[in-house]
Amino acid sequence: MSILVDQDTKVLVQGITGRNGSFHAHHSLACGTKVVAGVSPGKGGGSVEGVPVFDTVAEAVEKTGAEVSVIFVPAPFCADAICEAADGGVRLIVAITEGIPVMDMARVKAYLAGKECRLVGPNCPGVITPGEGDRACRIGIMPAYIHKKGKIGVISRSGTLTYEAVWQLTQLGLGESTCVGIGGDPVNGTSFTDLLALFEKDPQTEGVVMIGEIGGSAEEEAARFIQEKMTKPVASFIAGLTAPPGRRMGHAGAIISGGKGTAKDKIAALEAAGVKVARDPSVIGKTMLEALEGK
Amino acid sequence: MKIHEYQAKQVLKRFGVAVPEGKVCVTPEEAEKAFRDLGAPLAVVKAQIHAGGRGKAGGVKLVRSPEEARAAAEAMLGKPLVTHQTGPEGRIVQRVWVEKGSKVAKEFYLGIAVDRARSAPVMMASAEGGVEIEEVAARNPEAILKERIDPVFGLFPFQARRLAFGIGLGEPKVLRGAVEIMTRLAEAFVKLDCSLAEINPLVLTEEGAVLALDAKINFDDNGLFRHPDVAELRDLAEEDPKEVEAGKWDLSYIALDGNIGCMVNGAGLAMATMDTIKLYGGEPANFLDVGGGADKDRVTAAFKIILSDPHVKGVLVNIFGGIVHCDVIAQGVVDAAREVGLQVPLVVRLEGTNVDKGKEILAASGLALQAASSMDEGARRIVELVAGKGGGK
Repeated sequence: MSILVDQDTKVLVQGITGRNGSFHAHHSLACGTKVVAGVSPGKGGGSVEGVPVFDTVAEAVEKTGAEVSVIFVPAPFCADAICEAADGGVRLIVAITEGIPVMDMARVKAYLAGKECRLVGPNCPGVITPGEGDRACRIGIMPAYIHKKGKIGVISRSGTLTYEAVWQLTQLGLGESTCVGIGGDPVNGTSFTDLLALFEKDPQTEGVVMIGEIGGSAEEEAARFIQEKMTKPVASFIAGLTAPPGRRMGHAGAIISGGKGTAKDKIAALEAAGVKVARDPSVIGKTMLEALEGK
Repeated sequence: MKIHEYQAKQVLKRFGVAVPEGKVCVTPEEAEKAFRDLGAPLAVVKAQIHAGGRGKAGGVKLVRSPEEARAAAEAMLGKPLVTHQTGPEGRIVQRVWVEKGSKVAKEFYLGIAVDRARSAPVMMASAEGGVEIEEVAARNPEAILKERIDPVFGLFPFQARRLAFGIGLGEPKVLRGAVEIMTRLAEAFVKLDCSLAEINPLVLTEEGAVLALDAKINFDDNGLFRHPDVAELRDLAEEDPKEVEAGKWDLSYIALDGNIGCMVNGAGLAMATMDTIKLYGGEPANFLDVGGGADKDRVTAAFKIILSDPHVKGVLVNIFGGIVHCDVIAQGVVDAAREVGLQVPLVVRLEGTNVDKGKEILAASGLALQAASSMDEGARRIVELVAGKGGGK
């Protein structure tokens, strides 16, 4: 088992004719991901990497049975692409695109409210469920080879920092059940808490690594959930302990979240909930191992 | 992106937000003429810099004659203004805003920011105006009223009325003005892709008018592509030149106070690298994310920017090459180090695809650099080298 996606998941790629879309479709196919369709308005009828291209998501879903869409559409058009995916009938949307205006995401969230469709991202590395050997269901931009099928669920707001943690889990022989990048944008889809709940129910997952960073209060909400609902051990790392205050968050933004948002507060909240928090990113894997062994 | 107060007032005026009449001036003579043109017995001369706390620092002066306006402008223009937000060196005042004086009966606070938890902008209002909202939030959070702004429908008048009644702007004579300023500020925020808007103070005048006496707007950089007129308001003189240069290369760079330069791919890993340097007793000189495509040109640009900071005594490169191959990055680092004639210690940590080939390239380069095989090793090495304990090659 795994969460969100597995080796049978049929994937469509929105923006498959672009540089990033075709490059990553190629790498996903190479590790055995079932990429069944591409969407690129005006380029329907063609093919990329042997994958048929359609003009609309609805048509791609109807003809191929695709259930997940991964989006590489440029930022100015990405909000529209996410809404088209939701309307087109996929159950999971993974938005990789970086640089979407916050107000666009606020409107996307309003559009998605009440729909039976989950958004992961945007501005994230995507979702991967490692399979047997070097096979994987890779929906995104992460390097597949650093992953190995195993028992740890990974949730992260970051990209390369996630690879760092995954690589440590793989080298320690723990491996991963599913890894999900939830993205670094202020307004995003799936939260830490949503995924913690899924990992808690997933029989393959024995522990969860959660990688957070400064800004917002998602980690604090996750801490509350862990305290109340999680039975599986959680290890964490929070980036930005040395980040200067006020550089990225506007003044008033910090107020709304009630003065939260610093790495120190997040670490304190997680530790109070029984989470083992690594201070050094080089020992995230080891910290997970210790948490599993109940040390 | 930040803009000046006078620009914010001009933007808000376009949306129908009531602002005092004023003129932007770059010379004392212009300030003198502005006072005459405004034709009021009282005016305010305000220094225009991208920082708060101007009033306390002497950047806001009440004047009662053209001569006083001229003298006030003369005292500010071309000189640094030091506020609690500028740092000790202050900011040079390039312009002043000369504005008609208002007879203030009471001050309020009105602001909008994006609330991550609600996935929408939220308007905040308080009867405690003229003081920093952070202070109010810490001391008396109940004094700040909030209304979610629907990203599709905007702020409804009933929400604005709720805020107005709540902060004491509910008198029949002033309610309309208050509701108007709130709904129009919300409209400007949503339409222009703002990330922060503050009117502090929002004032009720003795005549019963509701006015934006101060105005601050920040914009979402990701939304600027659809507002070319807003993008033109950018004042590069107010920004760190290194950050401006980094922006041209699509590099994300933030200058810090330490002496160890960092070059990392990915924002999270970049922050974690800074944290690790600090953990081993060093101080990072910057945050720098070179992004996914760390090719030679971008790495060279990044090196140049890092080294243009005279405090930098060593550089740590930390790259997790996922899709990007390590040998390509190694070559980029070597070429860039040669091109800029690197004089300070360099530690390179590479991980990922083709890492062995990458290390060979580094070793064969003949450059005085050290390769590290993990992030903590890299951080420890550069901290030692900068402290003078590590020795040469």
